[in-house]
Amino acid sequence: MGKKISFILNGVKREVYVEPNELLLNVLREKMGLTGTKYGCGIGECGACTVLLNGNPVLSCLTLAMDVDGKELVTIEGLAQEELQIIQRTFLEEGAVQCGFCTPGIIIMAKSLLKNKTNPTEEEIREYLKGNLCRCTGYVNIVKSIKRAAGKACKKC
Amino acid sequence: MDINKINTRILPVKFQYLAPKTLEEVISFLAEHGEETKVLAGGTDLLVKMKQRLIEPTYILNIKEIKELSFIKSNGNSLNIGATTKLNELENSRIIKEKFIALHEAVKAMGSVQIRNMGTVGGNLCNASPAADLAPPLLVLNSKVKAVSTEGEREIPLNKFFLGPGKTSLKPNELLTEIQIPYLPEDTGTSFLKVARTSMDLAKVNVATVLKLKNGKVENCRIALGSVAPTPLRVCEAEKVLLNSEFTAEKVEETAEKASQEIKPITDVRSTAEYRKEVSKILVRRALQKAYERIKVRECG
Repeated sequence: MGKKISFILNGVKREVYVEPNELLLNVLREKMGLTGTKYGCGIGECGACTVLLNGNPVLSCLTLAMDVDGKELVTIEGLAQEELQIIQRTFLEEGAVQCGFCTPGIIIMAKSLLKNKTNPTEEEIREYLKGNLCRCTGYVNIVKSIKRAAGKACKKC
Repeated sequence: MDINKINTRILPVKFQYLAPKTLEEVISFLAEHGEETKVLAGGTDLLVKMKQRLIEPTYILNIKEIKELSFIKSNGNSLNIGATTKLNELENSRIIKEKFIALHEAVKAMGSVQIRNMGTVGGNLCNASPAADLAPPLLVLNSKVKAVSTEGEREIPLNKFFLGPGKTSLKPNELLTEIQIPYLPEDTGTSFLKVARTSMDLAKVNVATVLKLKNGKVENCRIALGSVAPTPLRVCEAEKVLLNSEFTAEKVEETAEKASQEIKPITDVRSTAEYRKEVSKILVRRALQKAYERIKVRECG
């Protein structure tokens, strides 16, 4: 049964019972039904499990669920509400998605990058995405779509 | 244990979780249960080790919420950094970028944005990895750490802090609360270099230097390396080669050669001992040159 924690998940206050050794990633996927966030390596090297905790990108596979008590969390499911966000649209337009496994983590990172920097250079984008592995695309179209999203200078990004 | 052969999806160990709000609560808990407790700061090292079942603590003591442990404060002669200050806060600190370039370069070389959003300066030191990127710069900067327990507080010079892989001179009832870095004289150069398999990986070798000249001679020279011995270490014999002599290419080469003899690297998954010896020599040479150029640029500018 564990202990009750409460936090804001994608804008909505949620409560859930968790055990001390439960990881945020597994609680999201198995108890909240949000399977957009992926389990890749489990040791902090691939970035597939990236979520925004109080606005900062962190790895949900290395975060205890207990640790998000009282905090604010955004997952890939929290981005698109009525319609897709600019960054999600440019990923589709540029063909930056192949198998799609790394995509949620990379979109979360792109959102965080564009919040801090409205017009990042290619080098800055690649440096920022260093912790997100993609085994299909070779990153070229991913970088392109982030540049393009930045170019659209949309306040919604 | 081979990380590829274990299930890293779950934490296969049971423990009790505590997240006290004050430092007093933390140290009084450590006084009673220090032996069976692991302190959680960033979690990027600790949780990986727990997934591998390398450690199975009875208690996890989360200190992230203790506000008084997260700060970067100037205190007269030194810059003091709180133990739970995140790596990205070091990266974004103007004073660290301007006054302690070697430390800034080391932080930038660590992991990814996500890792730097989670990992803390105290955690990097207490994890006591021989490859810890913050150790060489903090060693050459003559840093001290502050350890607090119910018995009081004490300062430990960083060169007395690391005892072996994963081992520090902290007692089970003590908490590392801050790192103190003395300011350098104006015309001092510092540098940090790292060689790793990929930019995300731990170091095969990392090097930090501090260099100061006076009337054309080396007045002060400190060199530290990581990932080449059971602990990050200063190479004092190599430093002596350069001290009080002119900064010439030959002397630098001799210093680098000495440093490579002084270290005791092993062969592991990241590198062979032979490679580490060879690369250490080159990195020491380049790091010294970089520190030297930084002094020159400042003199001209």
